[in-house]
Amino acid sequence: MKKIFLPTILSFLLAFAGCKKDSDFLNIPPIQVVPSDVAFSDPALVLSILGDLYNRELDFSSLDGYLQDPNDGNSGIAGWRTFADFGESFPSESGSYFIVQNRNWAYNSWWTWDYAYIRDLNLFMQRDSAATKLTAGDKARFFAEARFLRASYYFAMVKRMGGVPLILTPLEYDYKGNVSSLQFPRAKESEIYDFIISEAEAVKDVLPKDATIKSRATKGAALALEARAALYAGSIAKYGATTPQVSLPGGEVGIPAARATGYYTTALNAAQQIINGEAGAYALYRFSPDLSDNFAAIFTDKSGGNTESIYIEDFKAGAGKVHGFTTNDQPYSFSDEGGDAGRLNPSLNLVESFEMLDNTYAPIPTTDGGGNPIYYNNPLDIFAGRDARLAGTVMLPGSRFKAQQVDIWAGYQLADGSIVTSDEAGNLKTLPGGSAPVQVVGKDGPVNGLEYRTQSGFYVRKWLDPTVGSGRRGRGSDVPFIRYRFGEVLLNAAEAAFELGQPDVAAGYMNQVRARAGLTVPLTQAQITFDRIVHERRVELAFEGHILFDMKRWRIATNVWDGQVMTKADLLSNIGVAKKRNTQPWGLWPYKVYDPGHPNDGKWIFKETLPAAVTGFDLFRLGNYYSAINDNILAANPKLVKQPNQ
Amino acid sequence: MKIKSVHILFMVVTFASYSCKKDNYKEPAAQLSGALQYKGENIGVERNQVPFQIYQYGFGKVGAINGTFEQDGTYGSLLFSGSYKFLIPSGQGPFIWKELAPGVPDSIAITMTGSQTLNIEVTPYYMIRNATISGGSGKVTAVFKAEKIITDANAKDIERVSLYINAGQFVGQDNIAVVNLAGADITDPNNISLQVAVPSITPAQSFVYARVGLKIANVEDMIFTPVQKVQY
Repeated sequence: MKKIFLPTILSFLLAFAGCKKDSDFLNIPPIQVVPSDVAFSDPALVLSILGDLYNRELDFSSLDGYLQDPNDGNSGIAGWRTFADFGESFPSESGSYFIVQNRNWAYNSWWTWDYAYIRDLNLFMQRDSAATKLTAGDKARFFAEARFLRASYYFAMVKRMGGVPLILTPLEYDYKGNVSSLQFPRAKESEIYDFIISEAEAVKDVLPKDATIKSRATKGAALALEARAALYAGSIAKYGATTPQVSLPGGEVGIPAARATGYYTTALNAAQQIINGEAGAYALYRFSPDLSDNFAAIFTDKSGGNTESIYIEDFKAGAGKVHGFTTNDQPYSFSDEGGDAGRLNPSLNLVESFEMLDNTYAPIPTTDGGGNPIYYNNPLDIFAGRDARLAGTVMLPGSRFKAQQVDIWAGYQLADGSIVTSDEAGNLKTLPGGSAPVQVVGKDGPVNGLEYRTQSGFYVRKWLDPTVGSGRRGRGSDVPFIRYRFGEVLLNAAEAAFELGQPDVAAGYMNQVRARAGLTVPLTQAQITFDRIVHERRVELAFEGHILFDMKRWRIATNVWDGQVMTKADLLSNIGVAKKRNTQPWGLWPYKVYDPGHPNDGKWIFKETLPAAVTGFDLFRLGNYYSAINDNILAANPKLVKQPNQ
Repeated sequence: MKIKSVHILFMVVTFASYSCKKDNYKEPAAQLSGALQYKGENIGVERNQVPFQIYQYGFGKVGAINGTFEQDGTYGSLLFSGSYKFLIPSGQGPFIWKELAPGVPDSIAITMTGSQTLNIEVTPYYMIRNATISGGSGKVTAVFKAEKIITDANAKDIERVSLYINAGQFVGQDNIAVVNLAGADITDPNNISLQVAVPSITPAQSFVYARVGLKIANVEDMIFTPVQKVQY
């Protein structure tokens, strides 16, 4: 019995398996692909698809960088480096010195042309509309979120490329050998901005009106997008007139000056809707009595109580979505990851542009009227009496982070003016008259050419995560990147109001932002000038990915980065002037005075120093205002016109 | 396994014999060269700043062979034999380049059968004439005349004139000292004089390279005189 049991069973099984129809046998649903009708039947699945689309949003400055640049297949750009450049910082990493050694930005710098992303967004919308098993509320919200993301990406494109083909449906190829139906010309630059504004208007009331939702699109995010986009369009229309060469006859680049007022009005209205609370309870972040700590906390406070942030790219430690910004930029001497630190060093150019508390501009006082050094008891004293945002944005010599003090000093200055220093803090030297070797340079730098330590005399503080372990490579930091925040909305409103001839309104909004920074003397409406607006955005929004686009839309990038050497006289003069040259990042190096018996012994002096690695100077050419479209794309679509001045 | 000299020898022989293989194509051998000229006189420009583009006909994809003019206005490109067009992108150069339509630059047809010299005749907005650059007592002085060439509706003003000096032969943005004179401050365009003090150079040298540049308002590229070596 046993002998025949097994073969019988087997043959039965085989026979019955073979009875299946061929069509049934081959036609099995795939197990590794979720078909779109299934995917769009469950809100959780739709959200996961949308999560991918959110992840692919393009930020100019991005804490986690670009792991895989979709455009050139580049293996990646570290997050910290997307915050560097433009004279605002020095990159203290040997592989990144090119940032301060190059003379030109290539014409294709900053370009983007990710129509695969646009297609995925369009497909998502098509499938979402066709879904039958989702509730109407879910369907509408998902659809509105995708529209928001599409408008955001068109905004990212128009900022870089000007007018681009406006593709609003998923295109299909018919495989007949003729692709001309898939080739679209560039839309006008103004048409793209109009599209962004109308999309934001269309989705703002579909999206939730909830200030505690930060990482998904909300009414506040849509309005903030609208305000910023309209402001950009308005300033391109107004200031584009000063650079008539930067335009194309078809309007793909350049917006007629007559439209400026309309755009500024749109920007002001959209910003005021947020300010007036129509999008939820947003407000300036004011929780800590220490205004610098308060300012730094805007960027690290992830709680729902952070009323400042409107729309963020969120991260989560221990869940796979983290970034290395803190690892890359923490102070060297107490780095969580020995040797991995200190890359992004704010420049003196930026530091000195933070105002005094009486609303005046002044260089950092290193010397008195006679050119003699000023002696300070404490390295922080030299920065006293300034805008609180300075210490909130920049880690100054002698300041603290994670309860430890940064050790930034370049050496001992002896009585005869000579310097005793070393190329490494570990190398001890005996001072004249001393008995034992001592440390003669700060553990956190600055030493020329010594990477991962500051070479400008400053570390960055904005975005730096105070959480224990956030500097470790393995854990990483989950501080979010704030794409839109209330402070910027106020500044957008102020700028739009100023351009519309309402300086009183502009002063009101600007003074709110300034009061939060300790600048309690309000600016009068007569004091609101173009230079003031430019300056306020530079200091409030430093290291938030605005500087390039701001300088571009005001058409002053060619003045600020004019390809001339930046002398010390350039550095110290014209602070607060919009067109001030900013081509090379200067540093401020502290020295300890060694002069036993003299009252100045042990005090601090400071010297403006150009880091030795800075051999280039930034030159922004007219052709840089709009990034080049690459030759492959131009060759594939003859309807595209090239950018001006390239 | 220890790397022994026999292994190294083996690798060298392998690599060497691989490189014996013939290339599929002969390298381009026809030299196209020339200079930017106005009535036979070279136009000096900033190094690496004034681009030109050469397109070859007859291939699938349209992409330019890009190059830039040298500081004395010369250019060169090694090409295959064939037909090409040469153009300067719109808005580049301190001169007017003819446009077929706004933003569409005209081009020069070139047939390469061997090396050839092709001077590019353009009309600059200005020419710097009779420039004499001299040095002495730690200073460099330049005297020159700015001649306005384009005087019709396309005429443009002088934004500034600059005297650049550098320790090396590339002079312009690369400089150790520069002195500027704004266009509005020029009293007599026929007789402009600029003087710049030579800063200390390490290692010390008894000469500098100098030239004069002229920036035209609303035009990106400057026009320059030839580089001169000046004792000071």
